[in-house]
Amino acid sequence: MSLETSTADDDSLDRRKLRWQRRLEAVRNWASVLKEDRMGQTGIAILAVFFFVGVFARPIELSVGPVWATVQPFSLAPYEPGARVAGTGLQGPSWDHPLGTTALGRDVLSQLLVATRVTLIVGIIAAFMAVFIGANVGIISAYYGGWVDDILMRITDVVYGVPFLPFAIALVFIIGASLVNVIFAIVLILWRGTARVVRSQVLSHKQRPYVESARAIGASDVRIMYVQIMPNVLPLISLYAAFAVAWAVIAEASLSFLGLGPPGMISWGEMIYDVRSAGALREAWWWVFPPGIAIMLFVMSVFFIGRSLEKVVNPELRHTK
Amino acid sequence: MTLLTIDGLQMYYRSEAGYVRAADDITLELERGQTLGLVGESGSGKTTIARSIIRLLPDNAEVVDGSIDFDGTDITELTDRELRNQIRWQEVSMIPQNAMNGFDPVYTVGQQIVQVIRHHEDGVSKADAKDRAKTLFDELGIDPDRVDDYPHQFSGGMAQRAMIALALCLEPRLILADEPTTALDVVIQDRILDTIKEMQAEYDSAMILITHDISVVSETSDRIAVCYGGRIVEQADAATIIKNPRHPYTLGLRNAFPDIGDSDEELISIPGTPPELVDPGEGCRFAPRCPFAEEECWDVTPEPEEYDDGHIVECHRADEADELRSLAEKRETWMDTDEATPTPAQGGDD
Repeated sequence: MSLETSTADDDSLDRRKLRWQRRLEAVRNWASVLKEDRMGQTGIAILAVFFFVGVFARPIELSVGPVWATVQPFSLAPYEPGARVAGTGLQGPSWDHPLGTTALGRDVLSQLLVATRVTLIVGIIAAFMAVFIGANVGIISAYYGGWVDDILMRITDVVYGVPFLPFAIALVFIIGASLVNVIFAIVLILWRGTARVVRSQVLSHKQRPYVESARAIGASDVRIMYVQIMPNVLPLISLYAAFAVAWAVIAEASLSFLGLGPPGMISWGEMIYDVRSAGALREAWWWVFPPGIAIMLFVMSVFFIGRSLEKVVNPELRHTK
Repeated sequence: MTLLTIDGLQMYYRSEAGYVRAADDITLELERGQTLGLVGESGSGKTTIARSIIRLLPDNAEVVDGSIDFDGTDITELTDRELRNQIRWQEVSMIPQNAMNGFDPVYTVGQQIVQVIRHHEDGVSKADAKDRAKTLFDELGIDPDRVDDYPHQFSGGMAQRAMIALALCLEPRLILADEPTTALDVVIQDRILDTIKEMQAEYDSAMILITHDISVVSETSDRIAVCYGGRIVEQADAATIIKNPRHPYTLGLRNAFPDIGDSDEELISIPGTPPELVDPGEGCRFAPRCPFAEEECWDVTPEPEEYDDGHIVECHRADEADELRSLAEKRETWMDTDEATPTPAQGGDD
């Protein structure tokens, strides 16, 4: 948890111990909350499956210079996702190909499993970067107020004026389509929502007596922002992180659907794009539905987890008797 | 020995209409271990005076003139960092009005006390700090195991006690108690005040007790200062303020509180509202509501004058106090001003 990001001090060993204790405690808290939270359990179960699939869909190989190493040798996917395994092209589900094949005779199931990896990478990295930026902008803007607030919020307003898809299309067109650039495009837009909502929440927290107590106690601005106020808005931040993961996945799918996805990587959006460009949207239901349902399930699971996180970070929700 | 000397402090708030003179020409002294009661209505400046000692004021607050000398250090000259590291909580701590909200809701009360101790004192282990918190809880009559509870799990009275524990954990030399019992019921109020007094004696801390309840200060304080319209209109030792007040406002304030022996009597209140503090102009600020106001009161700001031993009053007619005191006890005295439009021509009516 990020409760103690700013407690840099001299007696670091003791601090580190304390920090780990708190982390453990937080995990234990969540575990106890989860016991009674069906939604959270469902979310974690679905996400765990996606993670499992993401890691084990195809072997992972690492190369450092000329050295190659296989980090993870297993392969859940029965075929190479790009290989033409059925000569005749479009085929419905069968024992050999449980989810049928694509117009080019590639195995849909294999593609679906392998695409999970891209989705996880894009969704999680983009969302966390965006929420990190957004939360900091929001906290700093609200806490300091005045010209700091003016500048940061006007920037946020400008970003709010930018429509995502045209912006992303233009950006990816200029800097080129790659995984990093797609994440970059998403982050540049996605932080704005978190920034605004966190700001409004911090504005209200800033006025509360506990902040005044903290100031009377001699806490510095940084300490008040990150040690006192931040944990109080963390439920909101985690909820927005969940939203952001979902949104990032959808954004990546949209870009891929428009043919601007990371080249050489199959994602769920890319699969739907392939269906459309093959003109098989009406007939090949086995090809369209799996990626669509996968996107939906993934977004849903992340949202469920966000909901249960809310209870962990807010002790008042937890201790209701 | 003198711990705190406030000399001619002018603490104004900048506003669009001009300066709001929230604390004007404040002169106070506080001895070590002594309790000073600051009494007054809402908006009389009592909180502003107390908070300016730890500079816990809105951004638009400005010390225009005067000094706050805390044991040889002029607090108005300190930088924010010096104030934070040397004065706040270590020397001067605060008990806020609503303790429940004074704690950060996401940490346990114990964690917050531990944080404060470790933030200000080097080399205290977490366990030691927690032990200190438990000892304090024990002294204050709370089960020491409750240090692991969250603030919302405390009752109002208990939260207030926990707040006292937090205020005492660094053994400060001055405690600012800002209406510490206002949010509590009368029985708990009394116990909390007793506790505060006991602890104050034990830790030998001075205290500034802010309240609008003159009965609270009368039993707790050594000295009382009465605030009105951003000024201290009268200050003296507690017994003098209660028995021989000289300022008409203090006389009225005394009337406005119930007397147990005389419970059928309807209370006599002071008519009118507190003054506007933006550009109040010359003259006594209480004059518009004062039944004894004379022409001089409207035109000339009264200077503080010392009567017998430390009894300082800002009133032109303070020397006629004996006469005014008996008049002030009559209901008619205060009724008159209620009906009269407060214009300079209609000054005194006795």
